[in-house]
Amino acid sequence: MNYGIVSQEQLEQIDALLTDKLISLGVECVIIIDMAGNIITAKDRGENKYDVYSFAALAAGNFATVDAMAKLVGEQEFSLLFHKGQDSNIHFSKIDDELLLISMFGKEISLGFLRLNVVDVIEKIQKIWDKK
Amino acid sequence: MSFINLKEKVVQVKIVYYGPGRCGKTTNLEYINQTYRKQIMSEMVSLKTHGDRTLFFDFLPFDMGQIKGYDIKIQLYTVPGQVKYNATRKLVLRGVDGIVFVADAMAKQREKNIRSLNQLHENLQSYKESIFNIPLVMQYNKVDLKEHGIPILPTEVLQKDLNSRLKVPYYEASAITGYNVAETLKKIISSTVVSIQKKLL
Repeated sequence: MNYGIVSQEQLEQIDALLTDKLISLGVECVIIIDMAGNIITAKDRGENKYDVYSFAALAAGNFATVDAMAKLVGEQEFSLLFHKGQDSNIHFSKIDDELLLISMFGKEISLGFLRLNVVDVIEKIQKIWDKK
Repeated sequence: MSFINLKEKVVQVKIVYYGPGRCGKTTNLEYINQTYRKQIMSEMVSLKTHGDRTLFFDFLPFDMGQIKGYDIKIQLYTVPGQVKYNATRKLVLRGVDGIVFVADAMAKQREKNIRSLNQLHENLQSYKESIFNIPLVMQYNKVDLKEHGIPILPTEVLQKDLNSRLKVPYYEASAITGYNVAETLKKIISSTVVSIQKKLL
C-alpha cells in the first residue's frame, strides 16, 4: 500500500463511502486515522462538536496500547475495540496495519448493525487503496 | 511519517520531545501552550499519574500558518521519561517526523541523559528510522539552576556527551522561565518542514 500521500480522488471516494454507508445510518462522526495519530479524514453530521485532533492522538495511543497487550497474551492483534457510554459509544476497527476507522454513535444504532456496515466499508476502502 | 492531505491542503507534522525523566519535556509544552494560546486550536492533553508524572504522552496541536498554500499543523508530543515506560515511549515515536532531545543539565543527571539518548537510537531503529537522519534538535535544559548554586554541566561537556557524533543544532534553555523554548521549537519545526519538503521533491 502506498501510504503517506492520498490522492484527491481516493479521498473523495473514501469520504463519499463514509457518508453513504455510515453517516447516513445515523453515526455521529467517523474518523480515519493512521497509527501515528494523524487524521486522514473526518466526517460528521455537520455538528462538528468534537476536537478531532486530540481525539486522533488519544485514539492512536489507545489502540497501540491494546495492540501491545494483545502481543503480551500471545494474540496477533485485537482488531476491534468498543467503548460503551450512557449516550454515546465509540467503535474502533483496524483497516490495515497503518489505518484505523473510528465511529462515534448514539443509542439509536445497534452495535451489530454498525459492525456489519463497518466491515463492508473497510473492504471497500481496502479496494480503493489497492487501486493506486 | 507526516500525513499530507491533498484535498484539503493540510500537512500534519509530528514532533516528539524526548529525554530522561524529569528533564522538562512537559514543561516545554506547558510553556508553549501558555505563550502561543492564540495559535493553539484546543486544550493540551496530558495523560499523567496522580503524582503528576507523564504516564503516556502530552499532546499539543499547533497551527503554523501556510507554506505554499498548504496548512501546516504541528502536533507536539512528549514521551514519558521514566525508565520503566519504554514500551509506551516507543509507541509515541511511531510516525515521528522530528525530535527535540531535552537533556537535563544538572551534573548528577549526566549518565541518565546518555542512556536516554542511546535508547532513543534503539527505539528509532525498531521503526527503521535512524537518529542520524531524522531532524533532531538538542536542548540543554535547566541552565537557570546555576544561579541557585546547583552544579550544572558545562555546555561543552553536554556537547561532547550527546552531540559529538550527531552534530545537530543545540540550545541552552530553561523551560520553566521560557528561555530558548521558542527558539528550540522554531528550529525543530524548520528542520522538519525542510526534511519533509526534500522527501517530496
